[in-house]
Amino acid sequence: MTETIEVSGLHKRFGATVALDGMTFTAPPGTVTGFVGPNGAGKSTTMRVILGLDRATGGTALVGGHRYPDLDRPLTHLGALIDANALHPGRSGRNHLLWMAHSQGLGAGRVDRVLEMTGMRTVARRRAGGYSLGMRQRLGISAAMLGDPPALMLDEPFNGLDPEGIVWMRSLLRDLAAEGRTVLVSSHLMAELQDIAGHVVFVGRGRVLRAATKDSLTAEFGSLEAAYLELTRGEGALR
Amino acid sequence: MTMLRAEWTKLRSATGWLAGLIGAAAVILGLGVLAAFGVTTSCGEQEGADCPHPPTGPSGQAVNDHFSFVHQPLTGDGTITAHVADFTGIITYPPPDHDQIVEGLVPWAKAGLIVKDGTKPGSAYASVLVTGAHGTRMQHNFTEDHSGPAAARWLRLSRSGETIRGYASADAVDWTEIQSVRLPGLPQTVQIGLFVASPSNVTAKAGAHGGSIVQARFTQATAVFDQVSATGSWTYDNVGDEPAMQTDWEQFHQAEGFTTADGRLTVTGTGDIAPAGQEGGPTITFTLAGLIAALLIVIVVAVLFITAEYRRGLIRTTLAAMPHRGRVLTAKAAVIGAAVFVAGLVATAVTLPLAGHVLRARGNFLLPVPTGTLLRIIVGSAVLLALTAVLAYAIGAVLRRGVPAVALAILAVIVPYLLATTSVLPTTAAQWLMRVTPAAAFAVQQALPAYPQVGKPYTPTDGYFPLPPWAGLLVLAAWAAAILAFAVIRTRRADA
Repeated sequence: MTETIEVSGLHKRFGATVALDGMTFTAPPGTVTGFVGPNGAGKSTTMRVILGLDRATGGTALVGGHRYPDLDRPLTHLGALIDANALHPGRSGRNHLLWMAHSQGLGAGRVDRVLEMTGMRTVARRRAGGYSLGMRQRLGISAAMLGDPPALMLDEPFNGLDPEGIVWMRSLLRDLAAEGRTVLVSSHLMAELQDIAGHVVFVGRGRVLRAATKDSLTAEFGSLEAAYLELTRGEGALR
Repeated sequence: MTMLRAEWTKLRSATGWLAGLIGAAAVILGLGVLAAFGVTTSCGEQEGADCPHPPTGPSGQAVNDHFSFVHQPLTGDGTITAHVADFTGIITYPPPDHDQIVEGLVPWAKAGLIVKDGTKPGSAYASVLVTGAHGTRMQHNFTEDHSGPAAARWLRLSRSGETIRGYASADAVDWTEIQSVRLPGLPQTVQIGLFVASPSNVTAKAGAHGGSIVQARFTQATAVFDQVSATGSWTYDNVGDEPAMQTDWEQFHQAEGFTTADGRLTVTGTGDIAPAGQEGGPTITFTLAGLIAALLIVIVVAVLFITAEYRRGLIRTTLAAMPHRGRVLTAKAAVIGAAVFVAGLVATAVTLPLAGHVLRARGNFLLPVPTGTLLRIIVGSAVLLALTAVLAYAIGAVLRRGVPAVALAILAVIVPYLLATTSVLPTTAAQWLMRVTPAAAFAVQQALPAYPQVGKPYTPTDGYFPLPPWAGLLVLAAWAAAILAFAVIRTRRADA
């Protein structure tokens, strides 16, 4: 089972500020799609719109051809990591995953599987309030993997990871894509995605600047880093 | 179902929340039993001497049964007819000046005919009577009252087995049957005759520092009966009288009693034949001393159950896992409501019987309430706790911030109750608070019914609420449902 993430013509305003201005791209299965742009480019807003958390004023966002809020047991279609700090400090990591599992009709067995996979098993029964940012990112990845979804969407998953964690995250994302999953990863630093993204969507000011495969971008600009700098020049101004 | 399960997992797994609910139950139990151990009643010179307490009527409730009774035995069936030729009385030191004893009858002064199972206070009876201001009545077994023709002065009471019929007439020709009642287990021989009672003149006035001051003043009534159908010799009893408690008026001016001359029987009496109210002693509701503290804990937990999600951004995880916002908010409300109900029910179901037992075992008198009322207070208090939790949760879902939501929930549920029951407000204002605010649900704790045929101010301060118990709970339920619906609509529209 594969599910493509398709975003088409998204518009979104927050008051006078235009957050999304015709955002359109597709994240195909079987590859890591880098979602790259400066802070404020609309990456997080796009992801929130895909999850049905924010309402777009125009356009559509589909996961495997369906609106996310229409999905039955949505975490089994799309796993997302939006904010690793969104944890109740007085609840253990394991119980955090357990309520999510229960919400999808899954059991504790699945919780222990994903904890094992992310190396969180030993600390999972401790209160989440004591977790480092790296542990929270790993717990967030566990939550995204809980429903064994064919598509994953991760917002800045490298934040707060130590070098060892960055290496682990890269190999995990590469493996997940190799299994045929759709993996959409946002970052404001091109370097983090350098070796793993097969497909890159550069965004700025709420719209796509360029979407292409890694190979064609490398051929054109010499490296993804160079492509990033060239394409996002002047787009980084804070709004 | 998966939503309920997920939300229950959330509720039980965050440190402190489940402990808070268990704590709320423990507070109800602990304060209830503590309060029970703290009460000692003692009368007379010696420590621990038993106190007199009100007699109990045929169906178990506490009653007042004090009246002048001129009677003779009746074996088998029979009828008595009499004309109330005159009915007058005195009221001691009534408002506005409280400086003299005036002539007059209180509205529920009673004179008439009565059939009673002996002269023991609390025994079964049926009576037909004229009143000071409420026309003729047929009353029986303390709680039952039925009105008859207003202007009639002729009364008739007939006994046929366990059935008693009361009639009234204006002219002794056309008789109206007021009511036919059954007195189950009425023995073959009963006492039948004339009676006079005159309850205290009770007024409530606004206190200087808010609230109301209830005053009760001694009254006495005298009725002249003529054309009494029964012959034979009469016996007089001042039923339920306590000689030690008599007023100067009774001791030095006019004692209760009866005289007869030219076929006219003149009977003077005081007191009342009526259900006893809260003034007769504490009720089982007293053992729910811990309820307010428990409500505070429940409010905090219920508010945090939702506002903690907003504070941490966890609400986005919740809505990503369960995108139907209305359903997930409602499922959360159901989970917090059900959890609080179970904790509350365990607490009240243990506390009321246990604390009641402790009170009685320590020689205290509790006004008896029927089992149905006891069950209603036990279950109803748990429902009150649960609905308060849902209301507080809904306020939290609207405001999304913990401190203001807790404050508003306390303002909605607890503050009106305290204002209405602690003599701060005038009675009318207090009664309106207990009708329209979420605190109306406290009506479920009312242990004793209010009776229209008792001329007493039934105020929230005394534990009488303007709405029936379940109607009070419905008011709170309506508030909770309305605010929850508002929260659902807002959450549906907004970005999470």
